[in-house]
Amino acid sequence: MTLFGLLRVAMRALAVSKLRSALTMLGIIIGVAAVIVMIAVGAGAQARVEEQIRSLGSNLLLILSGATTSGGVRMGFGSGQTLSEDDAAAISREIPETLAAPALRGTAQVIWGNQNWSTVIFGITPEYVEVRQWELAAGHMFDPTDIAGATKVCLIGQTVARQLFGGVDPVGQVIRVRRVPFTVIGVLEGKGQSMMGSDQDDLILMPITTARNRVLGASARAKQRSVGTIWVKVQEGHDMKAAEEQVRALLRQRHRLQPGADDDFSLRNLEEVAATQEASSRVLALLLAAVASVSLVVGGIGIMNIMLVSVTERTREIGLRMAVGARTRDILGQFLVEAVTLSLIGGLVGVLIGVGTAMGIAELAGWRIVLAPESVMLAVAFAFAIGVFFGFYPARKAARLNPVEALRFE
Amino acid sequence: MEPPAPFPLIHTRDLAKVYRLGDNVIKALDGVSVDIARGEMTAVMGPSGSGKSTFMNLIGCLDLPSSGEYRLDGRDVAALTRDELATMRNRGIGFVFQNFNLLARTAAVENVELPLVYAGVPARERHTRAMEMLAKVGLGDRADHHPAQLSGGQQQRVAIARALVTQPLLILADEPTGALDSRTSLEIMALLQELNRGGMTVVLVTHEPEVARFAGRILRFRDGRVVQDESNHRPEDAAAILAAERKAA
Ligand SMILES: Nc1ncnc2c1ncn2[C@@H]1O[C@H](COP(=O)(O)OP(=O)(O)OP(=O)(O)O)[C@@H](O)[C@H]1O
Ligand SMILES: [Mg+2]
Repeated sequence: MTLFGLLRVAMRALAVSKLRSALTMLGIIIGVAAVIVMIAVGAGAQARVEEQIRSLGSNLLLILSGATTSGGVRMGFGSGQTLSEDDAAAISREIPETLAAPALRGTAQVIWGNQNWSTVIFGITPEYVEVRQWELAAGHMFDPTDIAGATKVCLIGQTVARQLFGGVDPVGQVIRVRRVPFTVIGVLEGKGQSMMGSDQDDLILMPITTARNRVLGASARAKQRSVGTIWVKVQEGHDMKAAEEQVRALLRQRHRLQPGADDDFSLRNLEEVAATQEASSRVLALLLAAVASVSLVVGGIGIMNIMLVSVTERTREIGLRMAVGARTRDILGQFLVEAVTLSLIGGLVGVLIGVGTAMGIAELAGWRIVLAPESVMLAVAFAFAIGVFFGFYPARKAARLNPVEALRFE
Repeated sequence: MEPPAPFPLIHTRDLAKVYRLGDNVIKALDGVSVDIARGEMTAVMGPSGSGKSTFMNLIGCLDLPSSGEYRLDGRDVAALTRDELATMRNRGIGFVFQNFNLLARTAAVENVELPLVYAGVPARERHTRAMEMLAKVGLGDRADHHPAQLSGGQQQRVAIARALVTQPLLILADEPTGALDSRTSLEIMALLQELNRGGMTVVLVTHEPEVARFAGRILRFRDGRVVQDESNHRPEDAAAILAAERKAA
């Protein structure tokens, strides 16, 4: 029998009990839709993580002042100001393949006209934007003379620009940071959310001297030149691990730590953190797809169940077909095509529902989704394979019936 | 070596079929040796359980004997595989059943086409040949009717058209009139007789002497054996009886 002929016979058989056929397809429909939605959401999450990693800047070490643990007690980062601008300068100087950028952090209320916004202040040197690979959207960066003179200039992040200025061009405007007037000389490009979910564009950058002396106040002044963090960029092509150990050794030596004593700072390789994040997001995406494909398998079992019922119901038809000359492969083909028709129609409907749902999620929940044609094809191919796999046993059962017994079946 | 030219169409020697149900051994067929020539119209009779259907299934290539020999048109059926048997049934045998066995929700013409589908005949030719056969059994105007829209007699005619469409060597009918009233039975027998006069070999099972009287030969079964093989040199003419009844009415 030709494939077209088999297809016609299958469609007719399925049309006899439409509700049953539809319910049987439902398992595959749900399975395929779930696989497509899960892959879309998983791939979307992964794409976001990759973007965040790119936004971080590559080959970065982050040094935080204060030990991660002290005598077995976890202290939290930044407990005790143990790093200084001189440490940063020493790293850049002593380890040639590195560039270190110190940063002082604080929070402040900023005001422009009748707008006000609470944001994070970073006191930095010009190296900072280079290390963090941060481009300017407008204006220019301050230079070493601004550091030396502690001038009241600043750069603002996209979020701050939007909150304070709305549509107005911020460059050249004067804002008040803790009542101190600052001239905005540049606007940073947007970086979006960080891996931890915080807004990386909600910040103000200013010369480290200005931040210490005029904004962050007495407590910071008490310990001259101390900083909370140092970012270190390692030149492309150098081993991160080796650089990390060199930096650690240098800081321990500068801080006069005895061998065996804990570090009084914590050193993190952001690449590693990012890689872990990426790996876990990939595992999550895979896991979601795997869970979804379980429902596909359940759908397949539903098809097998219905096909077995159908073979039993149509035993006499099978006997008759055999009597008039159907060979093993004719009967096998007939029921296999019927099962695959069920699963493929289910698969195609599932694709429509899955794509619709994924787009709905993107629209309503604002999640990032990635709808790859390959994943749609994969889901349909999977549905096809399910039809063949779970249709085979009932079809073989039909094809192996004894014609005499099949004809006599009540 | 091919057997010599005039060999019987059906040739069985000591044909036996044994069913084992646990410790019970049922000899459904217990050594049947029968020859049936081309063009014969044979009625198989006997009490219930005597092995008539078992015999029909064996000579219809639906089943293989437990022992004994069966040659259909000179070919040794016992040596055939499952698929070769299917092809043998497709090309060589037309079946007519007591309960018609038509595909539900399927037009008469498509039911008639079914054996041709498995013979690999192209759709167009299939349709033409099926329509010819329907016309031959007097149902040319019912080709699009589904079985549920046809009377019992009409359904059996469709089944006979289906049996004829591959131009088989013989027609096997197991109680073809079992589900029909006497008048319709007469019509079906008239049709089978007409085919037989055209040269078709017909073997039919029946319980009713009124049906068997149209056959030229009667085989009587009992306990799986042929206990009587009698020729009827002057079988009655179903068409003539039908015409006479019409006139009387
Ligand atoms: N598949 C089977 N398993 C076991 N016994 C069987 C099987 N098929 C037939 N028989 C037995 O073989 C014997 C002959 O059965 P068969 O159907 O040939 O009788 P029959 O002459 O056609 O009877 P009827 O006139 O009632 O149709 C019976 O005793 C029956 O019970
Ligand atoms: Mg019987």
